[in-house]
Amino acid sequence: MWKSFHQFASPPHFYRLAGYLIPWFGVAALILILVGTYGGLVLAPADYQQGDGFRIIYVHVPSATMSLAAYTLMATAAGIGLIWRIKLAHAVAAAAAPIGASFTFLALATGSLWGKPMWGTWWAWDARLTSELILLFLFLGYMSLRAANDDTGKADRASGLLAVVGVVNVPIIHYSVEWWNSLHQGATIIKLGEPAITGDMLWPLLTMMVGFGCYFATVLMIRARSQVLQRERNSRWLKDL
Amino acid sequence: MLSDFLHMGGYAGYVWGSFGLTAAVLLINLVGAKRQFKQRLAFVRRRMAAEDKT
Repeated sequence: MWKSFHQFASPPHFYRLAGYLIPWFGVAALILILVGTYGGLVLAPADYQQGDGFRIIYVHVPSATMSLAAYTLMATAAGIGLIWRIKLAHAVAAAAAPIGASFTFLALATGSLWGKPMWGTWWAWDARLTSELILLFLFLGYMSLRAANDDTGKADRASGLLAVVGVVNVPIIHYSVEWWNSLHQGATIIKLGEPAITGDMLWPLLTMMVGFGCYFATVLMIRARSQVLQRERNSRWLKDL
Repeated sequence: MLSDFLHMGGYAGYVWGSFGLTAAVLLINLVGAKRQFKQRLAFVRRRMAAEDKT
């Protein structure tokens, strides 16, 4: 177990494994997102309250879910990098940041496009919306801390610390709709009991979520490979590429 | 039929705006990541080739 863990954390091994996995995850992401989009826009029935406007859920919820997943992964990787001094973990964390920031931006923007017709406002300083905006600032802060440090080791430590401290925001975002009186609706899928959504509407959503997950994995591995190339630019194994 | 679909029950701008924006951001991310990877790989290859000569 320990041996295989170290082997996985070796940059050449990771670089090759990721190179092999990227096309598979990429194709899976493409198929799932296309099927989910068709299901969400065409096959799912209109909502009895929101009509066709509810279809924004099919891009909003996967984006918001992936923004939290990306942050959790980034913070975990940064924590592993800080504690065990594994450079590959910092490389993965750094690779996750721009994708996570994009998902957070999408969650906010599509939420705004959904809020305008349903709530009558583009934005409100509400617990869910505000904590998600803070998530965007955490991603951007992490990225600018890295950009401001030319020394990769220093950049890893400074940005990694921010990522780990900022993880308290993740449960705040998730439970914000329960803890505070929120304009935002409550949980639909991840809650006790049955999901509050019919199967016709649910399967395209789950398909989109898995598709977004595969997309995230694809871009994460491409970016992590770029990170490895930059960090290992003096290593001999690169000659065999 | 098709115009009904495009009309999205009066929410066309919001629904198509959301899907269009999402598609654009996901595509830009993918293309940007691929471009960065190609640049760095080309850089490493040039460097290794230059080292072999000396």
